[in-house]
Amino acid sequence: MESVRRNGIGLKGPMTTPIGKGFRSLNLTLRKELGLYANVRPCMSIPGYKTRYDNVNLVTIRENTEGEYSGLEHQVVKGVVESIKIITRHASLRVAEYAFHYAKTNNRQRVSAIHKANIMKKTDGLFLKCCREVAEKYPDIVYEEVVIDNCCMMLVRNPSLFDVLVMPNLYGDIISDLCAGLIGGLGLTPSCNIGDKGLCLAEAVHGTAPTIAGQNKANPTALLLSSVMMLRHLGMNEQAERIHKSILKTIQEAKYLTGDLGGHSTTSDYTKAVCDNL
Amino acid sequence: MALFRRVKSLCSSTIRGYESSARHQLLYRCLGTSTKDTVVRATLFPGDGIGPEIASSVKQVFKAAEVPIEWEEHSIGTSVDPQTNSFVTFDSMESVRKNGIGLKGPMTTPIGKGFRSLNLTLRKSLGLYANVRPCLSIPGYKTPYDNVDLVTIRENTEGEYSGLEHQVVKGVVESLKIITRHASLRVADYAFQYARSNGRKRVSAIHKANIMKKTDGLFLQCCREVAEKHPDIVYEEVIIDNCCMMLVKNPSLFDVLVMPNLYGDIISDLCAGLIGGLGLTPSCNIGDNGLALAEAVHGTAPDIAGKNKANPTALLLSSVMMLRHLGMVEKADRIQKAILKTIEEGKYLTGDLGGKASTTEYTMAVCEHL
Repeated sequence: MESVRRNGIGLKGPMTTPIGKGFRSLNLTLRKELGLYANVRPCMSIPGYKTRYDNVNLVTIRENTEGEYSGLEHQVVKGVVESIKIITRHASLRVAEYAFHYAKTNNRQRVSAIHKANIMKKTDGLFLKCCREVAEKYPDIVYEEVVIDNCCMMLVRNPSLFDVLVMPNLYGDIISDLCAGLIGGLGLTPSCNIGDKGLCLAEAVHGTAPTIAGQNKANPTALLLSSVMMLRHLGMNEQAERIHKSILKTIQEAKYLTGDLGGHSTTSDYTKAVCDNL
Repeated sequence: MALFRRVKSLCSSTIRGYESSARHQLLYRCLGTSTKDTVVRATLFPGDGIGPEIASSVKQVFKAAEVPIEWEEHSIGTSVDPQTNSFVTFDSMESVRKNGIGLKGPMTTPIGKGFRSLNLTLRKSLGLYANVRPCLSIPGYKTPYDNVDLVTIRENTEGEYSGLEHQVVKGVVESLKIITRHASLRVADYAFQYARSNGRKRVSAIHKANIMKKTDGLFLQCCREVAEKHPDIVYEEVIIDNCCMMLVKNPSLFDVLVMPNLYGDIISDLCAGLIGGLGLTPSCNIGDNGLALAEAVHGTAPDIAGKNKANPTALLLSSVMMLRHLGMVEKADRIQKAILKTIEEGKYLTGDLGGKASTTEYTMAVCEHL
């Protein structure tokens, strides 16, 4: 923990929480200790890896500390259970600030706040209010609000309608995985968690794949793209671009693809190809 | 089997002061004695905007197909009915309750205060607890997906939409999500019953019980209990975020999905998007005592209202669901085939489907294909 706090930057591979009791899940521990409040996932169609969509170029920014995942549930009477969703001004402003800041630094044109405030007037209403306040400070960035169900429908029909999406926890969870699906899955999706004091922990969001572990078959793309995000966060844009281009070129050339991408290459072959393409 | 269960439930449930003729009607329907000569009365809410035009399309197609339905039309009132505190009158409610079956076009709640939203009024008064949407890829209307054949069944009374929110302190707001055994069992029962009567093989419960252990956990527990009574139907549980990812990558992985309110809202619209949007998606709401209110879930499209440009497909397909609910399977299949054939041929498509035909031309084409 201290190491990440001190360095302010980190990269994390997949981790499995051991089954058992008496200790917190690994991911939860990291999130709480480092104050990771926003999960950022750029989803970009990868030329050479065909999915039904070739025009995806959006970024999902998910509030990661409160909302529906506050873990506050209880039984009211037998057969009736309640779960409490919390939305605070503090957390909503914080993630909205990050979203607009990200949009500005990465030359994105539009930020869409995803919500269900027509039904959840107070909670999602507060979230939207905070987004609007921040939007006023960025008049050159277009701000819009989209209801979650419409958003999903629009995403599957025409994902190019979206640029940067900012959302409370649950919708963010759903939408970020939906978008990962649009471009080919978690094996190709980079992710980065933003914490207090500009701390950034990039991570691969796929699983540990124990069935192929140690066999030199794994696809390192997600972790590589996440490391690129790390470099951008540090301002090392030139290196980030170079590596990013190289990864995309390797996949597009399709000579060295790992099993999950439909090829027969090993992890090291693929990696060498990326290095060669630098 | 479903027949016996329905008859049993009708016989044993108490009559809540509604006309007993409704009960006899439903009984006759269930027993399959609804022959060609037995006319069924159904309530029709044409709705606003393009509603009347597309409702008229349904009437035309039913007439051409000789469907034994007698429509009882009701419009939205122009003033608030004090008995319902809404623009939907008490008489309209009673009509649906009495007939046990209805079809509803799109409705807009007028802006204002002091009365309930129309959709909310209908849902509460009629006890509509499940929203069912079959999503089928329509040959002839190309989307990135051509293998969609699933049904979303959404719990429609509780969950995250209970409307219970409050401010804790300034800047901190809470919203309560309620899950009850009663509502979860009820929608799960309907989901498996639907799967059985429609020849579906698998029911997937969608949840986030790894995080929401008690609420979604209770929902899953109820689904499992019902699943045990249907050992021939495959039951599985899928986490909501995985579900979305799987849906956009390969929707053929799913058959029947049963979900609490919010996930249902999201997933059913996602699935509508997979097949082409709300203009092509049928929907049916199931209420107490086997009541069914089919409805078009798209908007009133005020910009094209009255111009004979509207696409009646969603309402037509919803009316087909209505017929299936009534057991009029042969007529339902005939009409559905005619609709699909019309769209596949591509000669008479309305504007939203990329064509230039008017509502009437499209409707005529459907009638001809019967």
